[in-house]
Amino acid sequence: MEKRKVYFDHNATTPLHPEVKKTMIEMMDVFGNPSSLHGFGRVARGYVEEARAKVADFIGADPEEIMFVGSGSEANNTVLSILTNQCRQCNFDCRSGRGLITTTIEHPCILEASKCLFERGVDVSYIEVDQYGKVDMDQIRESVTPGTGLVSVMMANNEIGTIQDIRTIVELVHEKGALFHTDAVQAVGKIPVNVKDLDVDFLTLSGHKIYGPKGIGALYVRKGAPFCPLIRGGHQEKGRRAGTENTIGIVGIGKAIEMRSREMDPEEKRLLGLKQKLREGIEQSIPDIRFVGHPTDCLPGTLNVSFDGAEGEAIILYLDLEGIAVSTGSACASGSLDPSHVILATGLPAECAHGSIRISLGRDNTAEDIEYMLEVLPAVIDRIRAMSTVYARRT
Amino acid sequence: MAQSDWLYTEKVLEHFMHPRNILMDEDGYEEDGKGITGNIKCGDQMIVVIKVDKEKGTIEDCKWKTFGCASAIASTSALSEMVKGMTLEDAYHVSAKDINKELGGLPEHKIHCSVLGDKALRAAINDYYIRNGMEDKVKLEEARIVCNCLNITDHEIEEAVLEGARTFYELQERTKIGTVCGECEDEATRLVEMYKNKHFCQV
Repeated sequence: MEKRKVYFDHNATTPLHPEVKKTMIEMMDVFGNPSSLHGFGRVARGYVEEARAKVADFIGADPEEIMFVGSGSEANNTVLSILTNQCRQCNFDCRSGRGLITTTIEHPCILEASKCLFERGVDVSYIEVDQYGKVDMDQIRESVTPGTGLVSVMMANNEIGTIQDIRTIVELVHEKGALFHTDAVQAVGKIPVNVKDLDVDFLTLSGHKIYGPKGIGALYVRKGAPFCPLIRGGHQEKGRRAGTENTIGIVGIGKAIEMRSREMDPEEKRLLGLKQKLREGIEQSIPDIRFVGHPTDCLPGTLNVSFDGAEGEAIILYLDLEGIAVSTGSACASGSLDPSHVILATGLPAECAHGSIRISLGRDNTAEDIEYMLEVLPAVIDRIRAMSTVYARRT
Repeated sequence: MAQSDWLYTEKVLEHFMHPRNILMDEDGYEEDGKGITGNIKCGDQMIVVIKVDKEKGTIEDCKWKTFGCASAIASTSALSEMVKGMTLEDAYHVSAKDINKELGGLPEHKIHCSVLGDKALRAAINDYYIRNGMEDKVKLEEARIVCNCLNITDHEIEEAVLEGARTFYELQERTKIGTVCGECEDEATRLVEMYKNKHFCQV
């Protein structure tokens, strides 16, 4: 088979949708400051509000419940920071507790922000997950108390794709009077998400995971939910996030969401089909592997697989030489000594985490890409295992 | 537009794509000395084996195996070429720095991967000495870590032996060595034997 360039890393980032690119290029001529009262400003304001309406509509929110931010990480940090940023200027309801509960498999931006809150005196606890990456409901029941201010649980995991039962968790959390936030960066645009059905108080989404631009995210803040800005000093976004609006990015994320609303449903079935083919192909051609993540409650395009005796960085670099892009939970790739915290949280031993790769499919992937992968991957794994100290080949 | 450099130099890439001197299971290699270092929990493990020209005291052949990343693969591949024909003495002093130089430089956060190969080589050379009754030649590096999990060095093992530990389990009682991943058990057992011979040799 001919060598191809295959991008299987859509959970890291996605290429711009051609329609998004077109819209953004046009937007480059709209230079007005949306805060200006004159015509130039009003034109820009119109585009920003149109984008806000599209984002709101897609997740079942009202436009005024959507604020634009610089990234998913910023949105997550903003929500967590309300636990310590309380001041007279903000309307955070101090009657609810200040404790934070989150999970062991969150994105680093939640985990690091949690650590920081802990250092500042906030009571932080972490809910564990089962072997499929599902959070332990009993632990949530026990942990959420009247002292809990906020619970943050990611909707779909970036590394293993496991989708949480957010609606059930929200009920448990609201029963105790705490607020609920979900990092839905990997979920929105891949699976149906409706903030009213889920009854969440805060929800994070990002542009570049859904064929939109980088440097733009959005935060849903339920009407009436307490809030406190992370970035102060301007009236933009109703005083909730200072800084002149990133108009091109905002229009980009608006268009990206619009395209998702048209393409998501048919794509979900297509990706599930491709993933199934990939999964079966790997199972048939490579022994001693294990798939990580939930077998059904999983993002349609995400497949995490661990190969006994093979180290992840070596796998991704040999695949890279063949033109295939995937990512790994191995420590060696990240420059740290610790392998993926997500895979360890599912209870797999460290050596499995070191040997895991994440394959994340997207709208541009085809059946030929899967075939190419299935042709290249077994040879790569075989080659690495042949020089492995911990894999005895069965002949 | 320029693509950002590959994380590794051309030389590293070359060794990564075509690793030299891999020890294959099916070859039935009969080595004169064998060294193991690292552990898979930490994401890398290395085995180096050597054949020795006993007349000349030089390394005739060197092969290796690894559970490790591209740096570990490339640096050990390079090392295995560098030491062929070297005297045991010189080979013993090949450092991570020398390997790094040979490869044209590794990224800073990857240097620890290249330490594995030369560490395993030194272990293999020591193993050769022990197998051939040349315990007196066994060189002890300054505080070489044996138990990577608990940072227990060979010096601490020697001390424990001098204080009365005669088996791995007695050593473990004193030092807690090998109670985390347990990968160092074989090496620690060998060291206990070696220090026993060194200090308490029954004539």
